[in-house]
Amino acid sequence: MTAPIVQIEELGLTLSGSPILNGISLSVTAGEYVSIVGPNGAGKTSLIKCLAGIHTNWSGAIRINGKHFAEHSPKELAKIRSYVPQAEGRYFPLTVEEFTALGRYPHLSPFTTLSTADHQTIDSVLELAGLSSLRRRAMSTLSGGERQMAFIAAALVQESRILLLDEPATFLDYRHQADVSDLLTKTCRTNGITVIAVHHDINTALACSDRIHALKNGRLLFSGTPEETAGGNMLESIYETPFMRIPSPHSPLPFISPGGAP
Amino acid sequence: MNKQTIVLPILLILAVAALLLCPLFGMKFIPLTAEGLDRSILLDIRLPRVLSAFAAGAMLSLSGMSFQALFRNPLATPFTLGVSSGAALGAALYIRLGLIFSLPLLSGTSVAAFIGALLAVGLVYSMTRIKGGFTTSTLLLAGLAISFFFSSLILLIQYLSGFEHSFRIVQWMMGSLASAGYNQLFNLLPFLLSGSIVLLFLHREMNLLMTGEDLAISRGVHVGRVKRLIFITASLMVGGVVSACGPIGFVGMMAPHICRLLIGADHRRLTPAALLFGGTFLTICDTLARSMPSGAEVPVGIMTALLGGPFFIWLLLNRKSGLEL
Repeated sequence: MTAPIVQIEELGLTLSGSPILNGISLSVTAGEYVSIVGPNGAGKTSLIKCLAGIHTNWSGAIRINGKHFAEHSPKELAKIRSYVPQAEGRYFPLTVEEFTALGRYPHLSPFTTLSTADHQTIDSVLELAGLSSLRRRAMSTLSGGERQMAFIAAALVQESRILLLDEPATFLDYRHQADVSDLLTKTCRTNGITVIAVHHDINTALACSDRIHALKNGRLLFSGTPEETAGGNMLESIYETPFMRIPSPHSPLPFISPGGAP
Repeated sequence: MNKQTIVLPILLILAVAALLLCPLFGMKFIPLTAEGLDRSILLDIRLPRVLSAFAAGAMLSLSGMSFQALFRNPLATPFTLGVSSGAALGAALYIRLGLIFSLPLLSGTSVAAFIGALLAVGLVYSMTRIKGGFTTSTLLLAGLAISFFFSSLILLIQYLSGFEHSFRIVQWMMGSLASAGYNQLFNLLPFLLSGSIVLLFLHREMNLLMTGEDLAISRGVHVGRVKRLIFITASLMVGGVVSACGPIGFVGMMAPHICRLLIGADHRRLTPAALLFGGTFLTICDTLARSMPSGAEVPVGIMTALLGGPFFIWLLLNRKSGLEL
């Protein structure tokens, strides 16, 4: 076992008076695919936003690469972790290429322009994400699935060792969900990038993850492997609803579907 | 050669042409070869006025562009944050109280207006500090609140004033370059130079802010610091312009949008384009304003508003045409 790349100790967060996260401790090993699951309002997004540097008034300790969060400069942090926000109606008048190129920001000094190496990185990521033919298109003209791929591509262009994602596949159709999952697992397995993703769909979390953390009411209630997550009655106690575990022909893990015996 | 690479050279040529040709036009055409009185009108009155118009237009356009990126709001203008109402309140108080003072190179009205502008910005800024964050929506709402409050104070001052004072206040608020001489120009240039250097330097940060603060943070932008810097730079530029020529409307909202349509929203190209286009646009508007056959010149603020009003409506009706921000 190598030293954890992310180490969270007793993380607490209060936003405008209401407690959001409480006493969360977990660590992530480099190269793992980690999923964060839990019902709405459990604090999944807030946890990711703490790691992304968007929430700053948390208590406790976060160590990235063994160094305290605050000891990294913003650019240093950006070289270590990148972030894909929840898909939402966010419009800006840039082309796909202009937007993804902004991912190079932490690697550039103010006076330089993009180097040949920067352009090669951008080209190869666009290729990997299947966006090469859309590179000159305005972001606002893309479909939801294409937009999500562009946001992930922009984060990959950042060439960080950790990729944070907030519900990367929610609201996408089946094919784009599969595209996103393929891209993320490939990134993790082939390139050794650590993925920390909030997943709404429990089956995606089971299929992709090395480890799953379940939050409820701002607390970490469970951490385990996909097998441990699927077994027992962890899901029932987290989501407060019965689940069926349907044996899958393709995987040792069952397919999880909400609903129980009548 | 694609469209975007030729836009900047064309804007540069148009700007140079406007600066060279506009001094020749006015109530009467004066050729470059003129002698005597005409020559001194050309060099001492028209040339500094044309240059001042260019500097003012460039700064209004740059600050509008910055605020639009900063607030991710296509309808943000240089005056959204109450800068113009602050300046107008300063000027109105100065006129009403009949104060007479001046600094070397500066008129009393300008000084009062600049103090008013800084006061408004300072108030808006400290309101957001008390609220605990420099969030975009608090800043916009604070700006609106200050604007309304100052506007009512101006109305009150006008109500309590005699006809003459009241008329001078209204006249000031229409915005005019009529008194722009070399003094005004030298007051504007430092703002233009320092402001455009800062904004050109921050082109990547502005692109990232435009995509959202959360993304900008995650890409390594020192968001708080950068936003403050852009906010202060843009406010100082607007304050400088307003104190010199009053609140000239619509240039700051319109010019950046037209530039985005021409050259795209990448601030590396957009910033120089906004500077050149805003400057050229106000120079031409001012030349038209002082060439009206009516015999008296029309305040340039009326000219820009006449062109800007219809554009504003068109913008509202065409939000889908790539103008979203």
